[in-house]
Amino acid sequence: MSRLPQPEQGRSLWQDAWRRLRRNRAALVAMIVLGALVALVIVGPWFAPWSYDYIDFDGDWGAAPSLSGSHWFGTDSLGRDLFARTLQGGRISLLVGFVATLVSLLIGVTWGAVAGYYGGRIDNVMMRIVDILYAMPFMFFVILLMVLFGHHLVLIFVAIGAVNWLDMARIVRGQTLSLRQKEFVAAAVTSGLGSGAIIRHHIVPNLLGVVVVYATLTIPQVILVESFLSFLGLGVQEPATSWGMLVNDGAREMEATPWALIFPAAFLATTLFCFNFIGDGLRDALDPKDR
Amino acid sequence: MNNTVTHRVENAKPLLEVRRLGVQYPVRGRWPWSARGRLRAVDELNFNLRAGETLGIVGESGSGKSTLARALVGMQTVDAGAVTFDGRNITKLDKKSWRPLRRDIQIVFQDPLASLNPRMTVGRIVGEPLKTLYPEISTADREGKVVAMLERVGLSRLHLNRYPHEFSGGQCQRIGIARALIVQPKLLICDEPVSALDVSVQAQIINLLKDLQREYGLALIFIAHDLAVVRHISHRVLVMYMGRMMEQADREILFASPSHPYTKALLASAPSTDLSPEDQRDRQMLEGEIPSPTNPPPGCVFATRCPMADEHCSRQAPHVRLLANGTAAACHYLGSA
Repeated sequence: MSRLPQPEQGRSLWQDAWRRLRRNRAALVAMIVLGALVALVIVGPWFAPWSYDYIDFDGDWGAAPSLSGSHWFGTDSLGRDLFARTLQGGRISLLVGFVATLVSLLIGVTWGAVAGYYGGRIDNVMMRIVDILYAMPFMFFVILLMVLFGHHLVLIFVAIGAVNWLDMARIVRGQTLSLRQKEFVAAAVTSGLGSGAIIRHHIVPNLLGVVVVYATLTIPQVILVESFLSFLGLGVQEPATSWGMLVNDGAREMEATPWALIFPAAFLATTLFCFNFIGDGLRDALDPKDR
Repeated sequence: MNNTVTHRVENAKPLLEVRRLGVQYPVRGRWPWSARGRLRAVDELNFNLRAGETLGIVGESGSGKSTLARALVGMQTVDAGAVTFDGRNITKLDKKSWRPLRRDIQIVFQDPLASLNPRMTVGRIVGEPLKTLYPEISTADREGKVVAMLERVGLSRLHLNRYPHEFSGGQCQRIGIARALIVQPKLLICDEPVSALDVSVQAQIINLLKDLQREYGLALIFIAHDLAVVRHISHRVLVMYMGRMMEQADREILFASPSHPYTKALLASAPSTDLSPEDQRDRQMLEGEIPSPTNPPPGCVFATRCPMADEHCSRQAPHVRLLANGTAAACHYLGSA
């Protein structure tokens, strides 16, 4: 048995940030609420008494919410259970939010870090490509995709991800440009590391703070874009639904069945609030000035 | 010479030979289409360095010291002259050919904290050069070497899993030194390793470097803007001004009887407590700033601030000449004038 004293565990910057984040009330509450919401949306439909696409011919169409009956959130104008539909819509909305953000994150971070690290002509070419894609009208791009490939959920991911990674690439490139000047990158060069290893081990880990904050603020933005697309009829197709679509449908019947608007809108707003609070909290927690 | 070590060193073949080294930066003109200027960051620099020897390089900021350091570790393209290391010309090597050389040439940086990746533990930071340059060493052996090196520079195995922000500046610089020395290089370049540290810590780091040099027989290039720091550690001192060498001499000679007016002025401007009142009065202070390096004065670059300068100096640049006491200096008024 060796009797050597064991190395003390250091506090990484991530652990520091996590501690600061937990001390932030708003962010902590937002994380708990969001966690509960996500769990409800994922698990809920299995326990809901109704399916989201089943029309309840026995009940009233547009029935008011009641806790005594089985339609807790009431039914929509076609007699479908709103509770089931709200949860189903949440699944789609959150899925689009997470997947599209993940796509934009992967492409954006790689693109930006490579452009920023190599600099010079490579940087110029890569960023001009970003500029050109920026100039493409988003709606035109989406409509083009729909016409070419038909309506499909994956297309929404592609369309939103394809636009969002541009911002991410720009942010990451800017950060990389300043990181590249740091002496620890020079030290990595003299340690014999290749460019790929330097980007992976030295640049990207130091970018993640900014990236995480930006990603948290991108998710609600993406959810809103999806709602917007659904509002225009370019998003999810019936009978599947999303929060954006439910709000759209509910708004049309606002006077007759206000609950068809209120419930999905409340879920959507709560989610957006939570993401924004978490994003703000993360930004404070990861602030490099506190180092 | 005062001891046998230096004597033996003097007879050995130089490990590093720098001949007429020149590094230029392109400078943008006023308009995108106007001709590009050139900034001569390092110009016509010559020196030799033997194993076990320390060359101190002094100069004000902007004198090209750091550019020289970057050029010597292959991070800056060399435009003129030649660098020979261990009998091999390393002036224009590509990235791939530099890789094996990294085992022999290492560098310690100026800013202790900025030179350590904040997201890595000390163990990973120090082990990284070993991992990339000696991939055949097993993980367990590597950790043993890292611990041994940390202990050698005055840290302990307890620090292995800690992060750079948990250390003081002096400790961070020790980590930087450990990272540079873990591959047991033959040449260590220290680019102002102590200028960001407190004076009391400076002495500790310098003594550590001195001990390590003796232990490993390192050839050391020690860059600083502070003469007192260089005096402590160097065998020879090279004084730079605007990328040119002004004077190069053995430490004792340089500090006892400086030849070049710039060296004299540098020595005089260093605050000191052991000068007599007369000496204090006679101190020559340098006036003015370094001229713009994009538009250097014709003739001797130091002429604009030199107390001895005359018309000849501002027309014709002086050559480096060898003086009777073994000093090399670039001045019209020294040597066989």
